[in-house]
Amino acid sequence: MTVTRERAAAVAARPAPVRRGRRPGTAFPVHLAMLAWAVVTALPLLWAVVSSFKTDDEILNEPWSLPATPQFDNWSRAWTQASIGRYFLNSVVVVGGALVLTMLLGSLVAYALARYEFRGNRFIYYTFVAAMFFPVFLALVPLFFVVQQLGLLGTYHGLILVYAAYAVPFTVFFLHAFFRTLPGEVAEAAFIDGCSHGGVFFRVMLPMARPGLVAVGIFNFLGLWNQYLLPLVLNPDPDRYVLAQGLAALSVSQGYRSDWSGLFAGLTIAMLPVLVAYVAFQRHIRAGMTAGAVK
Amino acid sequence: MRHGRWRFLAGALVPALVLHAVFVLSPYAQAFYLSLTDWTGVAGEARFVGAGNYARLGGDSLFLHAVRNNAVMLVVVPLVTIGIGLFLASMMHLGGRGGRRGIAGSGAYQIVYFFPQLLSLVVIAVLWGFVYNPNNGLLNGALRSVGLEGLTRSWLASPSLALIAVMAVLVWSSVGFYVVLFSAAIDSIPRELFEAALLDGAGGWATFRTVTFPLMRESVHVAFVYLGIAALDAFAVVQVMTVGPGGPDGATEVIGLSLYRNAFQYGKFGYASAMGVALFFATLTLAVLALRSGRKERLELA
Repeated sequence: MTVTRERAAAVAARPAPVRRGRRPGTAFPVHLAMLAWAVVTALPLLWAVVSSFKTDDEILNEPWSLPATPQFDNWSRAWTQASIGRYFLNSVVVVGGALVLTMLLGSLVAYALARYEFRGNRFIYYTFVAAMFFPVFLALVPLFFVVQQLGLLGTYHGLILVYAAYAVPFTVFFLHAFFRTLPGEVAEAAFIDGCSHGGVFFRVMLPMARPGLVAVGIFNFLGLWNQYLLPLVLNPDPDRYVLAQGLAALSVSQGYRSDWSGLFAGLTIAMLPVLVAYVAFQRHIRAGMTAGAVK
Repeated sequence: MRHGRWRFLAGALVPALVLHAVFVLSPYAQAFYLSLTDWTGVAGEARFVGAGNYARLGGDSLFLHAVRNNAVMLVVVPLVTIGIGLFLASMMHLGGRGGRRGIAGSGAYQIVYFFPQLLSLVVIAVLWGFVYNPNNGLLNGALRSVGLEGLTRSWLASPSLALIAVMAVLVWSSVGFYVVLFSAAIDSIPRELFEAALLDGAGGWATFRTVTFPLMRESVHVAFVYLGIAALDAFAVVQVMTVGPGGPDGATEVIGLSLYRNAFQYGKFGYASAMGVALFFATLTLAVLALRSGRKERLELA
């Protein structure tokens, strides 16, 4: 875990590449290989964006051409008629709620376990950590009935609770190590000044843990935004579909109606917020996500 | 200072523990029991059938297809992804003398490579469904435009190609992440080692084999575990992208899809739970094997 944060810090604080003399013989094939993969990565994405401005006829007959006139109508059709707008807002509500709950509960548990000695501390910690190694598929069937019996099937708050329950273990694991390394003197000083335990946590320790919170927050946001299996099973009401779920349903039903341009537009709309966030925070995102991987 | 200690601890731990117990721990525990019953979802009507479900798994040809496909993916996807990832990451550092921190624009390349990692697998699956479309897809369009009409296929409808098409999508979506991960690992190798290798007259490949790769084994290791877990899943891509879903003749069936279909379409909840337990043991085996070989590697390095 120390390795994790060191690496995260290493990635985040990496100095700008130093340019040195290059052997001219290697530079060209190297660039060619790198460019080739960049094209393989970007081309399908660009193709989808361009196609979202084409007419169905153009899509069907000239997959490689640019649109004669950009069809902005595709986008509004996808947003309203195909309900992408509604799915988008559902995702915002569910992911927003789940993210706040996850960060609050996860940081509280991580802090309590990292900074307080009490019987059962280790046991509770391992209860959370063990859950990270179980495939969600194993829990799927019983989880469906638990949620059903609680009357939470197809509700926002039900989905928020389940999302948070499955995101908390990693958050605890990640932040636990973070809180352990924070200096204790500041907290002690705050106690002497008469600060309560809760006050020390919210006003002293949490602000000090900001870099860790940002990293795990980005990680959780992406994981929750892209969640598909849980809503597929627990969220059967089409009015409450989240974006991934709605898009999947649409790709099946649109296939029959063959509204290709509308589906391309929906796909592009689904990619857009992630792209915007990535352009804005790309260094943070890459650092946070690679740090999350090297547990 | 002790004042309110227990109240704070209770307030911090109890809500999360309740959530954890209700939505995570109890379903996991129940799954093991359910896998020993013939439950079809009617309350109170679960009959204990012992290992009956597990015995049936052995004769379920679609499930066996799924196991085979997951096994193939478990081997191919990590190998190919890590291969390309290592190649690109070390290329980025090869351009500069001393084998480190190399070519101009490597930051921009990393930005592009990484992006697919951020997309939902559903978005990726819908996108590639278009790319593979036999009539107006990007892939066949590209082949036709360069005169390779003869190579065009209906990629997802042909049993021999569908699984390869699925694996290509998984590789495409994850390579960038591992380029960034490996790149960071190479950056953390002390520069002196590369300079020493250069002084000894080692070329690019020799440097990679004797310096770079041995020192980034841990990252490669992590990559294998993560890609292995992803390959045991593959549910979203298969369910959204392939025909059926599950492909022609179960060519792209995966364990997760079998489980989902048996539970939520056929209502065979007990049987589906047995699949979940099987998947759990596959994941556990993978994790244990990875941990053990990881320990060995660390000893070698020490």
